[in-house]
Amino acid sequence: MNLLMQNDEIIKKINQLLIEEIEIDADQIRLAADLKKDLGIDSLDFVDLFVIIENNFGFKMKAEEMADVTTLQDFYTYIIKRVNPN
Amino acid sequence: MGIYSVIGKSLDEVKHSLYQGKSGVVFDPIRKEMGFRSALTGMVDRPVLKGVLDRRMRVGMAVQGEYAYIATLEALKIAGIDQSFLDQHEVGILYGNDSSAVPVVESVDILRSKKDTMMIGSGNIFQAMNSTVSMNLSVIFRLRGINFTIAGACASGSHAIGMGYLLIKQGLQDIIICGGAQEINPESTASFDALNAFSTHESEPTKASRPFDLNRDGLVPSGGAASVILESYDSAVKRGATILGEVVGYGFSSNGEHISLPNVDGPARAMQMALKDSGMGIKEMDYINAHATSTQAGDSNEAQAIDQVFGKAEPLISSTKSMTGHEMWMGGASEVIYSLLMMQNSFVAPNINFDNPDEFSKRLNIVQETTSAEINAFLSNSFGFGGTNSALVIRKF
Repeated sequence: MNLLMQNDEIIKKINQLLIEEIEIDADQIRLAADLKKDLGIDSLDFVDLFVIIENNFGFKMKAEEMADVTTLQDFYTYIIKRVNPN
Repeated sequence: MGIYSVIGKSLDEVKHSLYQGKSGVVFDPIRKEMGFRSALTGMVDRPVLKGVLDRRMRVGMAVQGEYAYIATLEALKIAGIDQSFLDQHEVGILYGNDSSAVPVVESVDILRSKKDTMMIGSGNIFQAMNSTVSMNLSVIFRLRGINFTIAGACASGSHAIGMGYLLIKQGLQDIIICGGAQEINPESTASFDALNAFSTHESEPTKASRPFDLNRDGLVPSGGAASVILESYDSAVKRGATILGEVVGYGFSSNGEHISLPNVDGPARAMQMALKDSGMGIKEMDYINAHATSTQAGDSNEAQAIDQVFGKAEPLISSTKSMTGHEMWMGGASEVIYSLLMMQNSFVAPNINFDNPDEFSKRLNIVQETTSAEINAFLSNSFGFGGTNSALVIRKF
């Protein structure tokens, strides 16, 4: 129960950061959205996401771990696994 | 043309300030707390571009790029050039800029505290380079012509217009956005304050910048941005553009002497070269917008150089730096715009704070009060550290 709520909070936080910091249109936020093609997050934006994630979740994203992260769902899963390893 | 200046955020505001002899100089208490000898500076608000430009366009711009964006928007509008025109024609950019201090300081501060360059973010490098303005504006406006920044100290903005003029004259480009931009912040001026070059007349900030005055005690740093759209005659006529003036002469020189102290010979040669290029004589110059920054040595040497070149011709002279302070990398471009506004509105703006001449400035016809005058041609001077000199002659069209 606690873990699910925590995961919800993580997703909410990620969405808030994407909207406020990367200025993604709130209407574009959906699980299947492709980060590059739908949300327009390019290589330079990933550099900024690195900073944002470290400042807000306390860990460093690694480029080699991002290879399979293509959708927003993938991104949520990636962050949740790093924040809640169990 | 377009402007974002400490005396006005638009051409209209600037015109009124020039006419009223209004100063844009203030006392900045932050500089005093930081340890500046002089806390005087020109000041203008930072533009708010969120909602105007998307994040990717904004994140690589330092403050002077933001000023330049606003100035360029105004210039393009007056020139009747929209994005669709820019997409269909090859338009270039040559912009004057010679520093971008704050982003460098920020990146090093982050590196020192986090010990990880990945914490610096994606925008900093594009903000930190001297070419930050031309780089960013060429992307924002989708320009496809000549694209670089001219770094020539306090003559940067003037040289940028000169270089644009030469390229267009050569037939290599039809339209070029030229200008000059200058960041306003303590970080970029601390090492200049270290030279004891700034006025310490802090009790009356608006009276501190006193070009040519006997009791001048140093310059006041300032900034903002100014853009002019330079275009070949044929291209302008073909698309029915409003023509504001004609660049008819560009002169340049180097002093070959001291890195910070100017001489008389270098500026005189630049002025003579500009006049020769224009094919106009000294009596045809109705107005000179002097470089004069309110330093003892600089203003005296320029006064002697003007006297040497113009002798008995006695054109009307003022230094608009008396109102704006020293706009440095922006100055050469902004002063062309200030002079064009005077030309369009038939007045010469005053050299404010000119209460008593010195032995050299007394020989010049310095305008102390706003004066009605027909300006058919003017000369604009800009001189910089390293002895770089630029002079432009612009004629009414």
